[in-house]
Amino acid sequence: MQTSTNGTIISLCKDYGNSPMRLMDVVQAVQAKFGHVSGEAMEIIARQLGTHRVEVQGVVSFYAFLSEQPQGKIVIRLSNCAMGNIGGAQQIGEALEQELGISFGQTTPDSMISLEHTSCIGMCDQCPAALVNDVVVTGLTPDSAREMARKLKQTGDPRSLITQPGEGNNASELVNQMVRNNLRKAGEVIFSDYQPGAALAKALELSPEELIGQIKDSKLRGRGGAGFPTGMKWEFARRAKGERRFVICNADEGEPGTFKDRVILTQMPELMIEGMTLAGYAIGSSEGIIYLRGEYAYLRRFLEATLDQRRAAGLLGKDIGGKAGFYFDIRIQMGAGAYICGEETALIASAEGGRGEPKNRPPFPAQKGYLDAPTIVNNVETFCCAARVAENGPAWFAAIGDPESPGTKLLSVSGDIERPGVYEMEMGVTVTELLAEVGAQDAVAVQVGGPSGQCIGQDKFDNRISYSDLATGGSMMVFGPQRDVLEIASHFMEFFIEESCGFCTPCRVGNVLLKQRLDLIREGQGEPSDIDYLTELGKAVKVTSRCGLGQTSPNPILTTIENFRALYDSKLHEVTDGMQSTFDINKALGDAVRVQGRQPVHFDD
Amino acid sequence: MSDTFTFTIDGVEVTATKGQTIIEAADQSGVYIPRLCYCEGLKPYGGCRICTVLINGRPQAACTQPAAPGIEVTNESAELNKHRRALIDMHFVEGNHFCMFCEKSGDCELQALAYRFGITAPQYPYMFPKRDIDATHPDIFIDRNRCVMCGRCVQASRDVDGKNVFQFVGRGSDKRVAVNSEANLADTDMAASDKAAEVCPVGALLRKRVGFAKPIGKRDYDNTPIGSDIESGKSAAQ
Amino acid sequence: MSKPKVATTSLAGCFGCHMSLLDIDDRILKLIELVDFDKSPINDIKKFTGRCAVGLVEGGCANEHNVHVLQDFRRNCEILISVGDCAIMGGIPAVRNGIPLKECLDEAYINGPTVYNPSGQIPNDPELPLILDRVYPCHEVVKIDYHLPGCPPPADMLWEALVALLTDKPLDLPYELIKYD
Repeated sequence: MQTSTNGTIISLCKDYGNSPMRLMDVVQAVQAKFGHVSGEAMEIIARQLGTHRVEVQGVVSFYAFLSEQPQGKIVIRLSNCAMGNIGGAQQIGEALEQELGISFGQTTPDSMISLEHTSCIGMCDQCPAALVNDVVVTGLTPDSAREMARKLKQTGDPRSLITQPGEGNNASELVNQMVRNNLRKAGEVIFSDYQPGAALAKALELSPEELIGQIKDSKLRGRGGAGFPTGMKWEFARRAKGERRFVICNADEGEPGTFKDRVILTQMPELMIEGMTLAGYAIGSSEGIIYLRGEYAYLRRFLEATLDQRRAAGLLGKDIGGKAGFYFDIRIQMGAGAYICGEETALIASAEGGRGEPKNRPPFPAQKGYLDAPTIVNNVETFCCAARVAENGPAWFAAIGDPESPGTKLLSVSGDIERPGVYEMEMGVTVTELLAEVGAQDAVAVQVGGPSGQCIGQDKFDNRISYSDLATGGSMMVFGPQRDVLEIASHFMEFFIEESCGFCTPCRVGNVLLKQRLDLIREGQGEPSDIDYLTELGKAVKVTSRCGLGQTSPNPILTTIENFRALYDSKLHEVTDGMQSTFDINKALGDAVRVQGRQPVHFDD
Repeated sequence: MSDTFTFTIDGVEVTATKGQTIIEAADQSGVYIPRLCYCEGLKPYGGCRICTVLINGRPQAACTQPAAPGIEVTNESAELNKHRRALIDMHFVEGNHFCMFCEKSGDCELQALAYRFGITAPQYPYMFPKRDIDATHPDIFIDRNRCVMCGRCVQASRDVDGKNVFQFVGRGSDKRVAVNSEANLADTDMAASDKAAEVCPVGALLRKRVGFAKPIGKRDYDNTPIGSDIESGKSAAQ
Repeated sequence: MSKPKVATTSLAGCFGCHMSLLDIDDRILKLIELVDFDKSPINDIKKFTGRCAVGLVEGGCANEHNVHVLQDFRRNCEILISVGDCAIMGGIPAVRNGIPLKECLDEAYINGPTVYNPSGQIPNDPELPLILDRVYPCHEVVKIDYHLPGCPPPADMLWEALVALLTDKPLDLPYELIKYD
């Protein structure tokens, strides 16, 4: 390796204090500079950070956006999401392959363009979409994809693809992307008028304990999907022993079908930051981290500028809001393409510079989280809600929507509907009401809460969206009668296989087995006993998996068996002659026919 | 003595010391909870999930879950054993386990678990993955076909030997154990005397030239099931 | 009353499991009091003469002929048993399962270190069964009722299993007999 390269890597390491805890930042910087993190680079990084080459390799190989092999200057990542597929991502992929003359996973011979698939990038309301380096291209068609490839070959500049920027802050100089907010319905909690510092001013009049008391009184529950009471989480962290404490905002919005945090980050970042700041006050923390998913890297400069603006306004940094001695500041930690990092302990592991594998609990983050210090991890939307509770009081919040789970909920609605986008609905809204709002006349299935949630049919459309009924982190995918529900379930299983960290056996192996059997059924090779096979296997994976990913990953299969049993039954056949319907002799002989150039003997006697 | 307390496993009271995990307390009381990745002397890992028990009705890995006063632990139940069997089967079909020529046969903890559960064939289809073998090191052999991703070598090398010879790379079903060099174990500072060389529960990481030393019939699990030593501790205590 | 019939075969196996069956020693005399052997290499009967109570299958399916024989066994046997690791998981022949067929053939007939093959031809007579893309465990091709693991399964295990099944007793194998090696 050339000395100059060597020197560049050494200096990148220095930028992050040669700290192994900042390994994620270092490898991302190296990736950005050189297009990959080579073995030699890993050696240098390991030496500078006082770690080992294989530890660096462990991290680089874990994240989808990092690569050990050289990639093109431009990497096109076509979103492999259910909505994209409905919109023709398959044909778009073929168009790209044709136009570029390479297959997915390859790089053009001139080292210019690499073509990859990636999991849902949070653009389901404007899918099919692709990431081209940091540029988001939405609303793709086979024709526009060809046009995109040609332009990239010509200009070599992803920014040349941006024609018309989206509305709101998407058009700001710091974002300048064609992404659209599609905010269809603003409610009174998140997308209402906002005065920077108003919530904080009220919060700082209270003692930290009183503030936590207000959050508890509001009955606010975590908006990421699990619904843990926010006030309780904060109280645990405040009471835990530790010199440092951390407030982490989980902006790793990765559940397929959800994109509402993207719209908050674009339009209401200050509300979120304000929520984080008052959380810092509540738990006695001076350090915050926004863990931003790699797919939203295009928002980073804008968010950095927003943080700067608040520092300048005295809303971050020293003596915040004029309160002497209250210091709180925030840094942004970039993710690099790993759904699992939305799990709070995996997120912490990733922010600590490691593989994004969940940690064993206990200890819980509130006791020992980031750098073993008491840590709260809350969703983007949760921090916004907390700020509003401080601003308007717990009684105001508790009176909105469902008494058991009060407040509004941002729903990312996509699929076979007239008006895909973000809807701020009161908790307790029924699916039927939502479908009317979004313009879905003929929905036959709704995926509530993304792949890890449940796929419901019309008989459950009168159920309510709330933590006591249909829980959702915000993803609502609507499917019309023309969709193949089992194909979608299979697609979701593929997603979990792709995104499993592989730490624990049931998730690493079980999901592969589940999908394999589901696909056999889809191909007409299933038997009635396969329902038991899937149910038992799915239960084993759910019960024994280590984190939320595995505990929910069989849901696409289990909930479609529960709610769409007839679809399965129509494909199953009883086998009475003792043969395995899954064994296909002609398929098994295909290689030999090709290699040996003759037909099978097919013994008859 | 104020540091000791009691809880129940399958309705039987056991005594634990503060700081113990469920599995430690169970072992000490002569109750065997099936496990694979757990290894005494290493930090509990919680990857194989075979030691999953119910704690007051909630599934938890017994190796990582702290014992607590008064909890009710379910270890032996038809449901849990069905899940455990599923997990054991998953380990078998995920790799390429050719017991007939594996040096670890008879002493292999995965095989022994399957014996204990009376498994004659896994219920899932074999995946027959393509995995690498590394025979470059003069004294140690890696056969990734047999790796069960238990993390013992990773931990032992890092926490006991202080060498970080091993780490997992990739994720999901592409996950595998890599070594701290460009490719080969020979290019690391691994030594046959390392703790990491002796902790593998299966035949994935073996010292060379020591295989097949014990005759059939004298190997660890030829005549008594895995866990018998723990369970016999119970009868001794009674 | 006529005695129940037993058939046996070795697919992609080494006949070691059959050898183990012979290892029941003098109990074989008791066995032939209990059963008649139908299609089996032991008596060299090539075709089924009638329906059998039990079929013992050694070896997995490596080629189309193995599949044909196995399916024939399934059609003619009441209870079908996979005997030995090759039948159960492919065994040593399945070591090739991660390797493309072309590479296997080239290694076996052209490139292998012990190969002497001046013509460089890979056998391709039209009557030779074609090789499957990989070696299949028997239960992936037909339904299998019982599995008796081991390489080979101990004679005692084969004996206990056969006697239990032929006398309608539950098949409850003692710990010492279940071995995969």
